[in-house]
Amino acid sequence: MPLTRDQVQHIATLARLKLADAELDDVVDKLSRIVDFVDQLQAARTDDVLPMAHPLNMSQRLRADEVTEPNERDRIQKNASRVEDGYYLVPRVIE
Amino acid sequence: MVQGTDALYTWSLTDLARGLKDGEFSSRELTESLLRRIDDHQQRLNAFITVTADAALQRADAADKARANGDESLLNGLPIVYKDLFCTKGVLTTCGSRILANFVSPYDATVVERISAAGAVMLGKTNMDEFAMGSSNETSYYGPVTNPWNKKLSPGGSSGGSAAAVAARIVPAATGTDTGGSIRQPAALTGTVGLKPTYGRVSRFGMVAFASSLDQAGVITRSAEDAALLLGVMAGYDKRDSTSVDHPVPDYVAGLSKPVKGLKIGIVRQHFDEGLAAGCEERVKAALAVLKEEGATLIEVDLPNIDLSVPTYYVVAPAECSSNLSRFDGVRFGHRADNPENLLDLYCRTRSEGFGAEVQRRIMTGTYVLSAGYYDAYYLKAQKVRQLISQDFKKAFENVDVIAGPTAPTTAFAIGEKTDDPITMYLNDIYTIGANLAGLPGISVPCGFADGLPVGLQLVGPHFAEETILACAHQYQQLTDWHAQGPEEFS
Repeated sequence: MPLTRDQVQHIATLARLKLADAELDDVVDKLSRIVDFVDQLQAARTDDVLPMAHPLNMSQRLRADEVTEPNERDRIQKNASRVEDGYYLVPRVIE
Repeated sequence: MVQGTDALYTWSLTDLARGLKDGEFSSRELTESLLRRIDDHQQRLNAFITVTADAALQRADAADKARANGDESLLNGLPIVYKDLFCTKGVLTTCGSRILANFVSPYDATVVERISAAGAVMLGKTNMDEFAMGSSNETSYYGPVTNPWNKKLSPGGSSGGSAAAVAARIVPAATGTDTGGSIRQPAALTGTVGLKPTYGRVSRFGMVAFASSLDQAGVITRSAEDAALLLGVMAGYDKRDSTSVDHPVPDYVAGLSKPVKGLKIGIVRQHFDEGLAAGCEERVKAALAVLKEEGATLIEVDLPNIDLSVPTYYVVAPAECSSNLSRFDGVRFGHRADNPENLLDLYCRTRSEGFGAEVQRRIMTGTYVLSAGYYDAYYLKAQKVRQLISQDFKKAFENVDVIAGPTAPTTAFAIGEKTDDPITMYLNDIYTIGANLAGLPGISVPCGFADGLPVGLQLVGPHFAEETILACAHQYQQLTDWHAQGPEEFS
């Protein structure tokens, strides 16, 4: 079933993407084809099958909650476009 | 074969190691000659995003000095290039994307750290599909890589720059990553060897993440012997990657001598159906005949759910990608949109300006299959089918040592040929994706030519059976010389 333009706009908003009007039809078409393609999965019989959470079916290792890395804030913040006094700057969110 | 030191670019990593040890040439001479070679062919191939010439020469001098002082590190003074998603301290790491066009990594990936500690000299960072999402290298923000065998053709992807550089005899070895075939498919399409290890064999720390349950680092070389040499350096437990497995690392080079005689090779019926080009089928069957002649037994095995591997992948991989790529918000690193109206506008415009069309499609596919009302039907269902596919492999490996077949359904295709339909592009990885879903090691080895273009034979083994597939590939390369035949334009 093809996706609608509204559905695709909603997905884009959830994904924090802004789609231009000019590209919307192409995105709707291609996403619909992908969803249609993966719909083949519905035919598989998967009763009593455990979903795979890890490719080797292993469980996630945990570590002690200890500080292991030095603080390198200044060096790491060199990659940010806007910083001030060690803080990252974003548009105002509280008036 | 007589080798003059004027054509060092044709030497294997193993031969170069011997030459350096015997003092036939210095690392500086070698590095200078390969940097010239990169320069001469960059315009034709576009295989590199960054070339680190000055640092490489300094490093080469240091390697020569260390050698004079008795340093015999395994890769001392030998060249290496990294796919541009391995973080390299102080060097641009773009991941083929505009969103990371200005990102200078503050640290080294574990792979880089280990190869570097073994003495290797980094020459540069190779071009790739954006965020490793693509099978043709056409999604790179830095332009497509062209295939050394024919400039109108794609080298495959996503590790297309690495494959092209090795195939064109520019460097003997390159790192790559493989999420659904991104090492093995370009290796097949360029006539090189591509090894994807078992999930967890090589640390993913410092690799820009695409799909964390599928991504694995590996190598592209011209011989299985060189792949074994490099894997031995890269592999092993890393506490900084919680999915890295604490499993002993064998001497892969020593393991190469294991004979093919007595090896049980599984053949999957679905790998030889109508999707496979006739020329590729003929070459792969001829390769299997060579292994049979050498004493291997060919046994038909059944992977009943393998036809669902591509649709399974295109739910699981986009789901993980949509989550992983949510970190690119313009705030802490990478591209940031100008003059945002508010925070949401900053996020949305930064991401739409920074990501290319294919990456945006995958993020949206992933967002959709994880969203309320669709999670069970798509994501959960795909993880169940993934379990079935994995169990099929497990059952097959009760009877065989390796599974052999084609790496890719066709030889290299034209740039632009498959860009209109994402599904056509996705089906390129039909034979490689199964190994990623099940976390298995796989290797592609050159096995001849169809209409003048290279064809790859794929060998897949059980978990941590890198030794077995490397030995089989190496023995095959002792019996054939396909891997020694390079593109004439670059001879």
